[in-house]
Amino acid sequence: MGKALAIMLVLLTAITVWLFAGKPPLWFPENISTDGAMIDAQFARTSVVVGLGFIGVQLALAFAVWRFSRASTTRAAYSPGSTKADAAWTIFTLIIFVSLAITGERLWSRLQLISAAAGASSVDPVRVNLVAQQFQFTFHYAGSDGVFGRTAPEFYNDAMGNAVGLDPADAAGKDDSQLPALVVPASRDVELTMRSRDVIHNFFVPAMRIKQDIVPGLTIRLHFTATRPGKYEIPCAELCGNGHYKMKSWMIVVPADEYAGLERLSKAELRARVEALLKP
Amino acid sequence: MRTTVTTERAVKGATLGASAGRRGPGGGGKPPKPGGGDEPWPPGFTRDDAIEPSKFRVGMWVGMASILMLFVSLTSAYVLRQSQGLGDRRDWLPLQMPRVLWLTTALLLVSSMTIEMARRALRRNRFGWFRWLICLTTLLGLAFLAGQLRAWVVLVGQGVYVYSHPHSSFFYILTSLHAIHLLGGIVALLIVAVAAMRLRITRTKRNAVDVTVMYWHFMDVLWVYLFVLLFFWKQ
Amino acid sequence: MADVIEPLTEDARHGPKRFLRRYVFSTDHRVIGIQYWLLALASVFIGMALSVLMRLQLGWPGGHFAVARFLFPQAAPSGGISPDLYLSLVTMHGTIMIFFVLTTAPQSGFGNLFLPAQIGARAMAFPVLNMLSFWLTFLSLLVLLAAFFVSAPNVIGPIAGWTMYPPLTALGEITGPGQGTGVVLWLLSISIFCVASLLGSINFITTVLRMRAPGMTPWRLPLTCWAWFTGACIALLSFPVLLAAGILLLADHLVGSHFFIPASEYVNGQLMTADASGSPILWQHLFWFFGHPEVYLAILPGMGLTSHLLSTFARKPVFGYRAMVAATVGIGLLGFLIWGHHMFASGMSPYASAAFSLLTLVIGVPSAVKTFNWLGTIWRGRLRLTTPMLFSLGFVSLFVSGGLTGLFLGQAAIDIPLHDTYFVVAHFHLIMGVAAVFALFAGTYFWFPKMFGRMMSERLGRLHFVLTFAGVYATFMPMYLMGIAGAPRRYAFHYNPATGEGLQYLAGLVPVTRFVSYAAFVTVAAQFLFVFNLLWSYWRGPRAAANPWQATTLEWSDVATAPVVHRGAYEFSVPGAARDFRMQDEPTASPSGQ
Repeated sequence: MGKALAIMLVLLTAITVWLFAGKPPLWFPENISTDGAMIDAQFARTSVVVGLGFIGVQLALAFAVWRFSRASTTRAAYSPGSTKADAAWTIFTLIIFVSLAITGERLWSRLQLISAAAGASSVDPVRVNLVAQQFQFTFHYAGSDGVFGRTAPEFYNDAMGNAVGLDPADAAGKDDSQLPALVVPASRDVELTMRSRDVIHNFFVPAMRIKQDIVPGLTIRLHFTATRPGKYEIPCAELCGNGHYKMKSWMIVVPADEYAGLERLSKAELRARVEALLKP
Repeated sequence: MRTTVTTERAVKGATLGASAGRRGPGGGGKPPKPGGGDEPWPPGFTRDDAIEPSKFRVGMWVGMASILMLFVSLTSAYVLRQSQGLGDRRDWLPLQMPRVLWLTTALLLVSSMTIEMARRALRRNRFGWFRWLICLTTLLGLAFLAGQLRAWVVLVGQGVYVYSHPHSSFFYILTSLHAIHLLGGIVALLIVAVAAMRLRITRTKRNAVDVTVMYWHFMDVLWVYLFVLLFFWKQ
Repeated sequence: MADVIEPLTEDARHGPKRFLRRYVFSTDHRVIGIQYWLLALASVFIGMALSVLMRLQLGWPGGHFAVARFLFPQAAPSGGISPDLYLSLVTMHGTIMIFFVLTTAPQSGFGNLFLPAQIGARAMAFPVLNMLSFWLTFLSLLVLLAAFFVSAPNVIGPIAGWTMYPPLTALGEITGPGQGTGVVLWLLSISIFCVASLLGSINFITTVLRMRAPGMTPWRLPLTCWAWFTGACIALLSFPVLLAAGILLLADHLVGSHFFIPASEYVNGQLMTADASGSPILWQHLFWFFGHPEVYLAILPGMGLTSHLLSTFARKPVFGYRAMVAATVGIGLLGFLIWGHHMFASGMSPYASAAFSLLTLVIGVPSAVKTFNWLGTIWRGRLRLTTPMLFSLGFVSLFVSGGLTGLFLGQAAIDIPLHDTYFVVAHFHLIMGVAAVFALFAGTYFWFPKMFGRMMSERLGRLHFVLTFAGVYATFMPMYLMGIAGAPRRYAFHYNPATGEGLQYLAGLVPVTRFVSYAAFVTVAAQFLFVFNLLWSYWRGPRAAANPWQATTLEWSDVATAPVVHRGAYEFSVPGAARDFRMQDEPTASPSGQ
């Protein structure tokens, strides 16, 4: 049995290494955000530690069950432990884990504090409001005047296409668009202001390594810059009810000049264009 | 038959009381043979009961820690909810304190004194006093609960219900949780009182009295804390 | 032969009344332990049946399955598993497994059975309270299972996951099927469970503090006892918080308070609240303040048992006994400081996230110490690869495979893309699900002779081990990859190849999903070997000797008199000793060592 278990453990290690370090059948979608590459790099750094730990322990375990389960007439070695070894190992792992944590924290502060602060102070971000509800995302654009119309819960009206609750009396809202997809220009900072009408939803763009809960009662701002034009899916990643699995939207990244063209379109034209872009 | 058992308990307790500090020998998980003759104790009486009186005290401390944790977490919810409710979406409203709460607080404080006196009376074996004080404490406890109920009625009369605003929700929830816990104490007191009437104050019962007293004081302090939190604490 | 558990005779009455006192409303800790163990065994099979349905739907979305129709004729009349039903399966699977299996079996089950015996006590400190704990747990399970029958027609419980995040769960049926009665039953059940666990932990803590046999100093306690003690302390301080949260959510649900319901809730075309400022995040803080210590409560007894068994079957003392104790207590303490790592994506302050992130990686240290010492324990030992030993070795392997990925999830920045994906599902299933269940198997194979007086079949046990070990790895390792690819959890399906519905970027997931489903079916099937082994051994197994594994702790002691402890728990292969093990209560002429 010792040999069998040792072989199983070695096989497990080999297959896992082959799966994860070779050409994995599934992996992160290709990154399209300015920050995503840093997250991927930190993931790779952590993978080294995790991988070495995994291989080390599994192979040590395999060796031990293979080597020490053979029939023998001698007694087991009597070793109730070694404070020195335990202390050394504690300090060693503490150093490894804390250094890993520090690199992770540096990245976190870069993403959450420095990037976000830079985004918040950037002169001309693309401002979009997102309103989530059971089971759809609606993206609210300010239109040609660049000013968002007033919104209030009493104006929510899905049948009339007013999911964000735009006040019909407010002149600033006349040219506002409510789109089923997020259209943003490439290589420009986007400020997404998120609200939920009912329960907790989540804005997840796997291609950008971004995920943020949208909590009712809170207004949450998110900054990001997409680098490559294309269509990327936005699944909801927080259980929001029975339709959770079908709650999704698309992020359409267009080149900056094309986006400038979109901004000049009328409400109806813009909607038609976005619907055309959404077709597979 | 019953009397015999009781006497035996008291005797065993008294005999073993001298070596109360020692840890009891257990059977190492080996049950005596069913129906075998090696059952040394009367039915329903395990030797650990007699030998380890401090277990009641320890158990009560541990239990009070968990009750404390319940109210600590409710307090943290209270503080957070209050700070949210005093923000721009203001829904945290002041509660007009029913004046009967001053009375109930006083009743509970007095009951703490009477139960403490009862405990000391028992220690000096003054059973008459003890019986009287335990009954008085039980009545004070019941009066406290009646007063709390009255406070609810007063608030309902003001049109303040559990759903009115978070402050009132917390008031009803915290007072009922405290009342449920106190009711447990009253049940314990009733058992002690009945035992006292029937003059069955065995050693185990004395321990039960001791921990009931601890619990009662705890409920008292807890109520004063909740009273202050609900009506006098402001951010 | 070993004693079959024969309850203490509390009265000499005969007939059905006596049966009730002895086996049903018993105050004997061994009977109560077996009751807990049976409750967990029943629960694990219910939970597993639910997971089979989930894997069917995930592998073949939209399919019709006779087994679904058979199990839930009301919720799946055509055998099709609707998204609603799927999500209620998720909720019930998680709740049953976490509360009624992982919390109940290792702590209350084995703890009741063997903690008093191992410390040399005759009984738990409060036998009647103990009985009450069990029956409250039982009631709690019944209340939860009632949701199978009284939820909306097409679900079998709430649609919320085991985390019950409001406001989804706070507003009633309007937010979806199962959110009315289903949620109420769930909250009632869990509140009762909290009370039961609290009473149980009061008993455990007092028993360890006050009922130890003479000579059983803290440093001589078996590591299982240290784990049970720490687990009870964790339960004592964390369950009240869940109880508080449950009471508040129940109030929101039933009497219309607004603890967790924020302003301007507009659900299904209806404005639910105008002015309120309840906080959904408050629930998450309260829930995870309980939830994170809870996962340690699930795994600590497994860790203790693994240390115990590795030492026993390697015939070597536990390597670094005191370091193991320190690691156990350290995990218990640190476990209370890291709940926020479940909330990195919730909109919590980034500064708080940074602090939780650092502490989370630090809690990896005691776990690493344990792993190191487990390897140290078996190193240069004389391994006896019995079934309990195999499961303990499997525990170490699974613990590492599941635990190391916590280094990814603990870092806030990396957690963001992985949060709420299958990566997390793989992580916690391996470390707290399967690893803890491996410890349960190990404990059952190890203590079965003590529980029922007979040995379990080694041959079946080995087969069970090999199939389960390979099966769980095949089931959960691919889920890491699915999570990295961005597959969100709690989805009724990700991509339906027949209709093209679902997330397009996950079209490549289909074969992997099916592979996982097949692996899960094999693993589930292998569990019937275990049940068969239990039943067969109960009636036909060879009668067990008094100390069949040549272990050292008091539950195996042959001495009929009251035990007096002379030495530590792991005196194996002591140079110069007559045998390769010395029992804790074995008198010795030479001065007793620690």
